[in-house]
Amino acid sequence: MTLPAARYHILHETIYSYESPVSLSRQLLHLTPRDCTWQRCLAHQISVTPDPSSARERLDYFGNPVRELAIEFPHDSLSVHAESTIDVQPHLPGGGLTIASPPPAAHADQTQLSACLHTSPAWEAVRDALAYGARPVLLEASCFQFESPYVRVKHEFAAYAQNCFTPGRPVLAAVQALMKRIYSEFEFDPEATTVATPVLRVLAERRGVCQDFAHLMLSCLRSQGLAARYVSGYLLTHPPAGQPRMVGADASHAWVSVYCPELEGGRWVDFDPTNNLLPDTQHITLAWGRDFADVSPLRGVILGGDAHELDVAVTVTPVGGVSGDVATS
Amino acid sequence: MPQSLLSTYSQKTDRFDEMLAADGSVRPPWQAFLAHLATATPEQMRHRLDYVRRRILENGVTYNVYADPKGTDRPWELDPLPLILSSDEWQELASAVTQRARLLNAVLKDLYGPQELLRDGTLPSALVYGHNHFLWPCHGVRPAGDTYLHLYAADLARSPDGRWWVIADRTQAPSGAGYALENRTIVGRVFPEQFRDLHVQHLAFFFRELQDSLACWAPRSSEAPLVVLLTPGPYNETYFEHAYLARYLGFPLVEGQDLTVRRDCVYLRTLIGLRRVHAILRRLDDDFCDPLELRGDSALGVPGLLQAVRAGNVLVANALGSGLLESAALPGFLPGACEKLLGEPLAMPSVATWWCGERAALEFTIGHLDELVIKGSYPSQNLDPIFGNELTGGRREEMIARLRARPQAYVAQELVNFSQAPAWGSRHARQLLPRGVGLRVFVAATPTGHVVMPGGLARVSAVSNARVISMQRGGSSKDTWVLTDAAVNTFSLLKHSVGTADLVRGGRNLSSRVVENLYWFGRYAERCDKTSRMLRVALSRLVDTGADTLPALASAVDLCRVLQLLPTVEAEVRVGTKVKTVLPELSREAQILAAVCSSEWGAGLAGDIRRLLWVATQVRERFSLDNWHSINRLQHQLQRYSEAVSDRSQHEVGEALAFLDQVLLTSASLAGFAMDNMTRDDGWRLLIIGRRIERLVFLANAISGFLRLPSTRAPGSLEWLLELTDSIITYRSRYMTQPQVLPALDLIVFDEGNPHSVAFQLQILVRYLDNLARLLDAPRDEAMRSALLRLQSYDLARLEGKAFIQCRVCDPCLDLASILGDISIAAAALSDRLAMRYFSHVGDISRQTFAS
Repeated sequence: MTLPAARYHILHETIYSYESPVSLSRQLLHLTPRDCTWQRCLAHQISVTPDPSSARERLDYFGNPVRELAIEFPHDSLSVHAESTIDVQPHLPGGGLTIASPPPAAHADQTQLSACLHTSPAWEAVRDALAYGARPVLLEASCFQFESPYVRVKHEFAAYAQNCFTPGRPVLAAVQALMKRIYSEFEFDPEATTVATPVLRVLAERRGVCQDFAHLMLSCLRSQGLAARYVSGYLLTHPPAGQPRMVGADASHAWVSVYCPELEGGRWVDFDPTNNLLPDTQHITLAWGRDFADVSPLRGVILGGDAHELDVAVTVTPVGGVSGDVATS
Repeated sequence: MPQSLLSTYSQKTDRFDEMLAADGSVRPPWQAFLAHLATATPEQMRHRLDYVRRRILENGVTYNVYADPKGTDRPWELDPLPLILSSDEWQELASAVTQRARLLNAVLKDLYGPQELLRDGTLPSALVYGHNHFLWPCHGVRPAGDTYLHLYAADLARSPDGRWWVIADRTQAPSGAGYALENRTIVGRVFPEQFRDLHVQHLAFFFRELQDSLACWAPRSSEAPLVVLLTPGPYNETYFEHAYLARYLGFPLVEGQDLTVRRDCVYLRTLIGLRRVHAILRRLDDDFCDPLELRGDSALGVPGLLQAVRAGNVLVANALGSGLLESAALPGFLPGACEKLLGEPLAMPSVATWWCGERAALEFTIGHLDELVIKGSYPSQNLDPIFGNELTGGRREEMIARLRARPQAYVAQELVNFSQAPAWGSRHARQLLPRGVGLRVFVAATPTGHVVMPGGLARVSAVSNARVISMQRGGSSKDTWVLTDAAVNTFSLLKHSVGTADLVRGGRNLSSRVVENLYWFGRYAERCDKTSRMLRVALSRLVDTGADTLPALASAVDLCRVLQLLPTVEAEVRVGTKVKTVLPELSREAQILAAVCSSEWGAGLAGDIRRLLWVATQVRERFSLDNWHSINRLQHQLQRYSEAVSDRSQHEVGEALAFLDQVLLTSASLAGFAMDNMTRDDGWRLLIIGRRIERLVFLANAISGFLRLPSTRAPGSLEWLLELTDSIITYRSRYMTQPQVLPALDLIVFDEGNPHSVAFQLQILVRYLDNLARLLDAPRDEAMRSALLRLQSYDLARLEGKAFIQCRVCDPCLDLASILGDISIAAAALSDRLAMRYFSHVGDISRQTFAS
């Protein structure tokens, strides 16, 4: 039998208002949710104002849908309105898709998860399986093993992660410990960083937003020789009791996914250091890549415009009743 | 052969000697050349050296080394003696580098395609996925003919046993081919007989093959393919070469902002609109080429270029992403890749290389640190080569710790003993000195196979026992002579036969940026001329200090002030080591000298000359070599004069006058080139319009200022006004009298036949602007026409019968002055309109945006 999937309607609106007209604009959009074993996109539509001079869709290196837009005439603003309806199925390691019994209760789920994390292979074995000379060559993981524009491989990160990666520790348990450490030692502070803040500074100042924590955790994992990718997506946040869900209150989100061979039900396991949890049906995956630069929702180059204002609003609404109700912190 | 030639040339056992065999005898390919050197007189050699030096200076062959205090002006060194290679030796070498070009192309095809080399472990993924020059967005893009490397260069060195080794691969935008060409044109003329008698192979056909291949692989279209050379701009260390090659190959030299992508096609912005570009020979690093998909922090690239490449609408040579193969770690894996991809053994070895990402290699490296040089695996590390034998004590331990902590980031290479070849000792004539040499060889891909440039850039170390040869470390270069037994291919690119379909007229490929710079070149050239003339008028009256010239001096200085040529408030003037403050009333002399050249960089005539030179470098490829020589001369004159000014204890008026004379002479030759030596295209039209607008503004301001100033009513002033407007000869031949106000003003304001009159400028401007409007299909600009009418409406009879000396400043003069003032304002407004309509708005650069 199938497990209950959570269904969401997602609205992601982006509006640029330019001080003076932009004469030429090219944008790359990572706003179309990719399909994966636990997630299916039922409906999706992107509308752009003004009407672009050209638009085209293709898949990027990592298999994410990417839309290319060009606006080759003067315009004062650009608005991109992406709408999706998505089913997400439970996919926690140890539970998830292969289980044929009735849906487990939350606590049973947690027990199973914990067991799975602690029976995963030792982190050194995973590292060695990814090293040069090991066979078979794990190319799909190897893409996510090295430095990328926002992720550094340096001894500072290895040192920070070291006490989580004790000898022989199961890799997923070690990664969970690292996630917990980042969650407890770093402060969420939207004012502290920008998209240009280097991850070394995030490590030094111990504050930032979800992207920063994802990049930091990736830097730590890759500095240990592991493969880990950046996941861009959305997170359902619960309104305070008795209040209606506020439109636009939700934001785009980012977390990481770690490569773990020999694991049943999938070789990649998601970890969300911003919330200290393993993503399940409350996280909706948009795209993954080496870091933010590969999958930023809108990446563009404009000619003209002077200063601009940017408004982004994301609304994630559960559709048709209750979602898989796992506690979040 | 006289021993004196070889008295300072010592053979060494630890390195190969290009000229001498082990027994001390001269190798066959060198014999004839050396015999000639032995008979050449010291006088002859001195002339040859002088010729080389002069040509280099004049051609502006500069190698702009970053962080060099002399900046962009350091001349490129060239040793007159060629490196000579026999035909047999060359054939072996050429076939080996051809194989390597094929191999590297196949490696790129695999890495940007199926990645079999990674899947089967032939190459470590760390060297590809971890390398910041692996351009992920370029994966899956297949270039025409599966050709990734259109131009490839290999740096070779010869080991003591005489074998050639590859020490580095240049795969993304190899530099040096243009310098090799330049060296050849100079050295070929230094030793013309030897060049001919020895059957030295020519280079030109190599460049034709390159041209033809680009045209062949460019996307098809109904028009002749337009190929451009993309440069990062004048601040790049090899910009001279970009300009030189662009001119030689006949490709427009463009910067990123000259190009734009529309509907997946690349276009050049020109005065007449967008022109489709079919192929781009790039000298811009590949990750800078497209800020949309590659490095976003770069303003040098063309947003959307990769989309145009992906759509197959433009050829980029070399293919984007080819820089990956310059990785220092790669050579160690090439033998395996060669077997796998080509099914044959690698013909020429690479310098022994160990990638520390392999455990055994790491241990070997640590054990043999003294014999190795350590390099970074990834360019993002910005690591300078570290010589193991220079590491002592703690630094050695620290290096080993770094190697162990992140082994895959390091590569160890064997130290290379370069072979040695003779260089001409410039200090002690007639003596050959042993110098380390390396050879950069160039290979072009063509649809029918690879072609090797028969020659190359020989790089020479500053000392005999070199371990690193780099132009950025004070090296020099040589021409390379490859001898042949067969007939020499004397094809010249200049004789390339052009069919009627290839005929191009009118310079439609001018970018808007080039046109803008040509316009300002015209304006600054004229401004320098007029400012020099005004200052010379004042200074020469200062030297000739008779009592009768004093009033004329006073009026000339007054006009200088009206024209804002003098330091307005107080200016600092360096006198010797001290800095003095000059107050306007203190010394006329100091003020005028400060107007020529002051310590303030951008001020005065010197500032205008510097602006002129800067604009000239922006459009360097547009000038003929002779024209460029004049520009270079101006630069040297300015440099010499400003050094003299800051060194001497005193400003010398005589020196300043001599400098002004030089500037005026050079300025006259620039004007001559503009009139006589440049093609009449739209760029030229705007250059001339720039000159005319500047001259009009100057004349209108100077004459109206003159008419308004009471001091000009003194004797001698009308003379200098005629001198200032370069009209004194005409005046004397017409009137044979002392200058009088009516005929003088008629000549310099109203006479439409005098190229130095206000009316003449207006007429010429009307003509050129009408022409331009017609050619570019733009509306006619009426401002100059109505200015001319207004001027013609002035009744000259109002000045009749006036003795200027007794005249006070009254209505007839003031009315004319006000007409001239309005003309000056109208001319400035015209300049703004031209800028709005035709120029590229250089300040407008693309910016990256992100939203999450």
